[in-house]
Amino acid sequence: MSAAATPLLELDGVSKRFGPVQALDRVDFAVGAGEVVGLVGDNGAGKSTLVKAIAGINPPDAGTIRFEGEEVRISKPQDATALGIATVYQDLALCDNLDVVANLFLGREQVSPGPARISRQLDEVKMEHETADLLSNLAVTIPSLRSEVGTLSGGQRQQVAVARSLLGDPKVVLLDEPTAALGVPQTKQVLELIRRLRERNLGVVVISHNLADVFAIADRVFVLRLGQAAGEFQAEEATEEHVIAAITGIGEGRDKNHENQQPEKGEGA
Amino acid sequence: MSAREAATADEAAERRPTTSETLRRIVQGDLSSVRVVLGLVLIAAIFQIQEDRFLSAQNLTNLMLQITTIGLISVGIVYVLLLGEIDLSVGAVSGLSAAVMAVLSVKHGWNAYLAIAAAVAVGAAIGCLQGSLFSRFVVPSFVVTLAGLLAWEGALLQVLGQTGSLNITDPKITGLANIFYSDTVGWIFAAVIIAAYGAALAVGYRRRVAAGFDDVSPLPQIVRLVFVAAIVLVAVAILNSDRGVPLAVMILLGFVVGMEYVAKQTSFGRHVFAVGGNAEAARRAGIRVNRVRVAVFTIAGTMAAIGGVMAASRLFAVNQNSGGNELLLLAIAGPVIAGTSLFGGRGSVWTALLGALVIGSISNGMDLLSLSSAVKLMVTGGVLLLAVLVDAVARQQRQTSGRV
Repeated sequence: MSAAATPLLELDGVSKRFGPVQALDRVDFAVGAGEVVGLVGDNGAGKSTLVKAIAGINPPDAGTIRFEGEEVRISKPQDATALGIATVYQDLALCDNLDVVANLFLGREQVSPGPARISRQLDEVKMEHETADLLSNLAVTIPSLRSEVGTLSGGQRQQVAVARSLLGDPKVVLLDEPTAALGVPQTKQVLELIRRLRERNLGVVVISHNLADVFAIADRVFVLRLGQAAGEFQAEEATEEHVIAAITGIGEGRDKNHENQQPEKGEGA
Repeated sequence: MSAREAATADEAAERRPTTSETLRRIVQGDLSSVRVVLGLVLIAAIFQIQEDRFLSAQNLTNLMLQITTIGLISVGIVYVLLLGEIDLSVGAVSGLSAAVMAVLSVKHGWNAYLAIAAAVAVGAAIGCLQGSLFSRFVVPSFVVTLAGLLAWEGALLQVLGQTGSLNITDPKITGLANIFYSDTVGWIFAAVIIAAYGAALAVGYRRRVAAGFDDVSPLPQIVRLVFVAAIVLVAVAILNSDRGVPLAVMILLGFVVGMEYVAKQTSFGRHVFAVGGNAEAARRAGIRVNRVRVAVFTIAGTMAAIGGVMAASRLFAVNQNSGGNELLLLAIAGPVIAGTSLFGGRGSVWTALLGALVIGSISNGMDLLSLSSAVKLMVTGGVLLLAVLVDAVARQQRQTSGRV
């Protein structure tokens, strides 16, 4: 049973309704091991809703989710984590006042062996060691593992957040706008990191507004429009024009101003 | 191009975290405490010039006894401040707990230790209640504990009854603040403290070496050990040349060291810092945020009760003023003066001791100079304001240099 034959994560006819808004309408979606899927679409197209459905934050109303070929129910975030689905949200959820090691292990601190275990003494040495190993495996360079996360650049913070998601040894990683608000060199670092996730044979889903970034890393581009699947492209074969046409639903791209006036449907930009 | 340079510079910095790196860690980690220690030296110098009894062994011993209550209450306050919250009830809680102890001991003839345990339990229960109300109903801690301040002061009057004051006679209770150890015992304390600290440093160092870190050098550890040993030896020498090492000082030191350990080296302490830094991030990381909050307020109530017991022991009595006056505000001001942030997530339990020393020195020195309480309060207020301003300036500089 090779990865190519059975996708790691497979959504079948997933729908989600928020009051009068049909946020997701019978969407089929899949990601395989060692594959990067770019999830694109206009504001309100349902990208975040789809990711939240997979992550267990907003469970879908209808449809089935299969993980490694087996049907699963993901009704809360812990379900997703237990399956091996990690999510990195746009706001990263890091504690600026803690250092890199502390942030990486937040909520799953390693406790010292021996008598000090009674007080749940932190095993700082072990945590720092594992952090150093993980970051060097990912080729992430951070000046000092003991520097506060608040002092790091946006790109470094993003890399810390992605690295943290890997600690639970997930099989699928969902990244919500990982390159938003990053400068050019930082974006490059983060895209490099995503490529290394693929090399580790993880299934990666990247939400992005930036088509150039998507084309730089994705194997496949999945387009959502108004909650429905609006196209799926092999990144090598498609052009940006094709994808933009699928996003907007018309032959040629519309002008930016008009695009920005689209009403948002319960989704943060 | 420049990005590439920056990246290689980063890599280089990562590969050789040498002496400058270690130095930076030491300086950044302890910068605010260094500032406070300099402030203490300045205060001591000013008072010593005016009145040469200030640095006498007798007066320094008195000073240590005077700060015990504030210091103990501040230990709990540090935890509350680390959460970014405030507890205005600790003064009243300390008074009420002490009154409970006094009534049980004097009127009901309870065993001293049971009476003390009951007082501590009252403080813990009050803290737990306030913490639960605050986290369950999402009411600002300011308001919950302000209500507590009023209510527990009322309870204090109620518990004391018509007499309004109770004299404590049980030597086991009064001994807490009035026992002094012989010179020999004092030196044994010093030896044990230094040996324990040295052992802790050595274990940490050996573990890092064993783990194969290449940035370890024994030099900073040795400097630290020598520094701490010097302070301990000088302190014991001074205390011994007067009445000896007081039990009260050992109690205060024990709580400061113990609670600093909990804050900095246990997963509970890490969670306190995380909740104070970014509660939402802590929640998403699976930390039970409300449990942490309740635990912290319970600690604050407990430490307030212990402080109240020490105050009663020192005064040989509990009266309607117990836990009142400026005790609450000084207990909060102390850690803030010494560098614990009011906004949560930054600070250390040592600031409870350092802050109490600053406030205690000012108060003690002005008493020696026979200044009025009017002057004392204004000067203390001025020092608090100055400390907060210095902290704010330091924070702004951190922000402009990219450190948040």
